[in-house]
Amino acid sequence: MGVKLLLANDGVEGIRYYDTYRKHGGYTAAEKALKMSQADIVEEVKKSGLRGRGGAGFPTGMKWSFLAKPEGVPRHLVCNADESEPGTFKDRYLMEFHPHLFIEGLLISSFALGSNMTYVYIRGEYSWIPDILNQAISEARNAGFLGKNILGTGFDCEIYVHRGAGAYICGEETALIESLEGKRGNPRMKPPFPAIQGVWMRPTVVNNVETIAAVVPIIAMGGDEYAKIGVGKSTGTKLMSACGNINKPGVYEIDMTISVEEFIFSDEYCGGIKNGKRLKACIPGGSSVPILPANLLLKTAKGEPRMMNYESMSDGGFATGSMIGSGGFEVLDEDQCIVKHTMTLARFYNHESCGQCSPCREGTGWMYKILKNLEYGHGKLSDIDLLWDIQRRIEGNTICPLGDAASWPVAAAIRHFRDEFEWHVKNPEESQKRNFGLAHYADPIHVAATA
Amino acid sequence: MSETPKFKVTIDNIGIEVPAGTTILNAARMIGGEVAPPTMCYYSKLKDSGGKCRTCLVEVSKGSEKDPRPMPKLVASCRTTVMDGMEVKNITSEKVLDARKGVVEFLLINHPLDCPVCDQAGECDLQNLSYEHGTEGTRYEFKRRTFEKEDIGPYISLHMNRCIMCFRCVFTADQLTETREHGILERGDHAQIGTYLNKALKNDFIGNVIDVCPVGALTDKTFRFKNRVWFTKPVDAHRNCSNPKCCGHVRLWMRGDEVFRVTARKDEWGEVETRPDGTPGWICNECRFEKKQTKDWVIEGPALIPRSSVIAQGHYVGTKKTPVLIDKVIGKEPEHLLNIHDISDVNKPEIELSKIAGPAHSDDFKK
Repeated sequence: MGVKLLLANDGVEGIRYYDTYRKHGGYTAAEKALKMSQADIVEEVKKSGLRGRGGAGFPTGMKWSFLAKPEGVPRHLVCNADESEPGTFKDRYLMEFHPHLFIEGLLISSFALGSNMTYVYIRGEYSWIPDILNQAISEARNAGFLGKNILGTGFDCEIYVHRGAGAYICGEETALIESLEGKRGNPRMKPPFPAIQGVWMRPTVVNNVETIAAVVPIIAMGGDEYAKIGVGKSTGTKLMSACGNINKPGVYEIDMTISVEEFIFSDEYCGGIKNGKRLKACIPGGSSVPILPANLLLKTAKGEPRMMNYESMSDGGFATGSMIGSGGFEVLDEDQCIVKHTMTLARFYNHESCGQCSPCREGTGWMYKILKNLEYGHGKLSDIDLLWDIQRRIEGNTICPLGDAASWPVAAAIRHFRDEFEWHVKNPEESQKRNFGLAHYADPIHVAATA
Repeated sequence: MSETPKFKVTIDNIGIEVPAGTTILNAARMIGGEVAPPTMCYYSKLKDSGGKCRTCLVEVSKGSEKDPRPMPKLVASCRTTVMDGMEVKNITSEKVLDARKGVVEFLLINHPLDCPVCDQAGECDLQNLSYEHGTEGTRYEFKRRTFEKEDIGPYISLHMNRCIMCFRCVFTADQLTETREHGILERGDHAQIGTYLNKALKNDFIGNVIDVCPVGALTDKTFRFKNRVWFTKPVDAHRNCSNPKCCGHVRLWMRGDEVFRVTARKDEWGEVETRPDGTPGWICNECRFEKKQTKDWVIEGPALIPRSSVIAQGHYVGTKKTPVLIDKVIGKEPEHLLNIHDISDVNKPEIELSKIAGPAHSDDFKK
């Protein structure tokens, strides 16, 4: 059993309610934090090496220290609970079953950043969770952990839960800010960064739900202790939401020291591939990160076993690696068609593009149409190169990372599964009846001997 | 107030000193010529515009004097401010030209390319952009996106199919008029400009959206199908407009004595001219749509049209001629290089070539 920090009380009956949570040591970290100075909390978070759990993996302590603190201007903490990445559902689990852990994290973070008004921007589709959160907030207020003059420290904090309207793009921090202000959810140009001018042009920090929740164990055990968990720069624990063709889909907390193979096949986690099939491919961190074939997923290009942490997952760059992203672990077995899968993702990004930048607005629709042709057997070999060209011209040329997120899965699918795309073109009729199958995607890769 | 410090930037190996806070694009425009990146959505007179079309992407090969690291991605020059010692590559960077080619392709895949029947043809930014940076053919093999036609009033016609989503008209309505009746509906590739309920745009300054529109999406209904812009002659004129916000200095597009169209005066970047007092020369709807007779106007003279524009065709008055510099360089009038009368020792100078019937032959000189 690995270390459990966020899900330590998972399965305890009534942990959703204040009394039970308090009985299991809840809000002790908040009591401790409110006695510390704001700079000390930021320092603890810095020491812990906590990286943003929303996908980009930016060090949280550093982000907090960038927050501008002009005199007389209120600052805000905004929690990004707009978890819309296909395959990711860890934040939902956390908010649904451990709302008080989340609120305690919000309270500590708000205190550290000096935010008297903290917003939770929650995904519109999570229609039942705002009720859970609002109930937890009122319980916490009754217990004196929210509201005016919390625990006699003179610090006021209110948490507002704001429901989004179901746009993926509003998970991007500046689009989220625009949406929270009541405008159209278009990403803003950076700079100015939200840390300088965010919500209503006030300094703002936008953090993921899991990042906020991870602040609680960091304060409870100390930043140095937290940093000892995990390896290298991947400290602490990470929630993974595993789904796809596995025996035990669900949310798992890992301490980033286990290998990918162990995560997929051990009974403690995913429990192996469903129906005794073989592993074909996997998207390790939510739909926008590059897909990896089985051989590159389990072993890096250097022949070392791939571990579940930030560094090992991105070993080899995008040529042979991927990213841990937001932790949406999607497993594909040998019966899955990569072309169809890529098409589905392209359709999603086409649908969710905000329409602001021309490469993303026009390019995502174009990629979807080409992939649709390929999937239904109307493709040409030149289409594959055309797709590559389109994704290359979208990537990095847009305001927000949605352009990158739309082009990476297409690029990775062509990079690793070009045979399957070509097979679809060359056997249009057969491709409608059966799948390409596993082919050579699980064969051991040749590792050149080092001199 | 302290003086703004000057920053030194190098764009395409040309150095210039600009005040701090200037964007790369404006610094490049100060240099002028080909160094200035093309823009489709940025409009210097509209606050917050820019950053969307991605045609002005440039490569920053050196961030600044203090932090010489290059920027990892191409940046939108219209929204990136210069730093001291910054080095920018525009047309000298292959990455930029490739990205720009891609943007032009993206902008054109769903554009109807109905230039032959489009009133904007001849003064269209997208036409110029694709002429300079686009390719001859398209790789797009699907049905182009179309929208249902929406009527937005008696003066302005909206062709949503031609729109490139620059957001300029939205900013214009926000910043120039008191009410904005149109906006962006939907998202992604079916995002569109609309009023949602087929409302007419009624504000007395809304005509300016025609001038800011880089393509033929918003055109003048009073000029619709009347003439091609390159057959009309631009003439600068003014009148005493009663509207205090209207500058009254306009450009008439005439043919003979007939005024076909009235627009604001444009500068070399295709934007509304800045008046001598520093304000942009926006004009009101009355000047634009209702004063279509020469007697309404005091005519100043022909407008200056850059020679690169198709409108300069058949319109020689007021064009800028290429200056002849050779006498200034060598200090005297150049000699005729082919004046063989004076310099030829082989051919006899006394024989007048123009007197010989037919082409000169060696026999002519033997006499």
